[in-house]
Amino acid sequence: MSTAVTGAIFNLNNPAHVVSWHFIQLSVSNIIVIGLMFVVFFAAILLPFPGAARRRESRS
Amino acid sequence: MSVAPPPGSSTTPRSKSWTVRTREIGVENLPPEKLLPDGQPTYVASWIYVFGVATIAALIVTVGSGMILALKGPAWWHYTGVGHFFNSIHLWAVELFFFVMVVHLWGKYWMAAWRGGRTRVWVTGAITFIIAIPTALTGYVSQQNFDAQWISTQAKDGLNSVGVGAFFNVTNFGQMYSYHVLLLPVAVVLLVSAHVLLVRRHGVVPPFELETAREPASAPPPEPRIPPPSATDTPSSSTGGARS
Repeated sequence: MSTAVTGAIFNLNNPAHVVSWHFIQLSVSNIIVIGLMFVVFFAAILLPFPGAARRRESRS
Repeated sequence: MSVAPPPGSSTTPRSKSWTVRTREIGVENLPPEKLLPDGQPTYVASWIYVFGVATIAALIVTVGSGMILALKGPAWWHYTGVGHFFNSIHLWAVELFFFVMVVHLWGKYWMAAWRGGRTRVWVTGAITFIIAIPTALTGYVSQQNFDAQWISTQAKDGLNSVGVGAFFNVTNFGQMYSYHVLLLPVAVVLLVSAHVLLVRRHGVVPPFELETAREPASAPPPEPRIPPPSATDTPSSSTGGARS
């Protein structure tokens, strides 16, 4: 147990932090993961794909 | 009994051999150039199209690490460093699997990826997502630690409230372990295989603007395809192969 606690980046030896809003309850760790998914999703749409423009130009 | 082709039909009758019939139907629905294409449409060169294959990559790592864990038994990871390492690989591959699968789902939802006769592609993907959830749950309750005990005792109340507790007992380790290492993974892998084959058959869904631009034309030209990387490509461009 002590190895697992000291081996973790954060102190896991306490209850999880939870955000409550009416009937919705989300742990902070889950909120961070969901936020990261949004970041990755929008980055995937907005960031240019390597070589995509050059290939489109060569085909047009 | 031979079946004569209908009048006016130019097709030849199917062979009596089931192997020949299976081959003919397979080649008819998925000719080799569709099953293993040498390029993808140019619109696939976008990061949002990467998350499908990223999900498959995470699934392969999950299944591979799970096979190693299954060889040594469910308690192995508790008392050996190597076991703990493979258990961590298994856990983080699953985390990555769900992460990229959700991004893949969002991307396909906003593309309305069921367009153009791709209903079965969408449905197989949705069912895979639904089956993947109990696959992960049965893994969490098979850890053989206090975490598994906590999750199973919490989950049993929810499952009992909907009346499935008698058939799917999360406090029964043997049942959960069997579900986790055989029944549910087989279902996920079969569904993913069907999903990929259907994508190969119907092609990757085009973005809205390309589809709209093609509609007025009576005979739309074939979509330009990304050629396979050649020796003249730079290293950075050769990694830009489109994925579905």
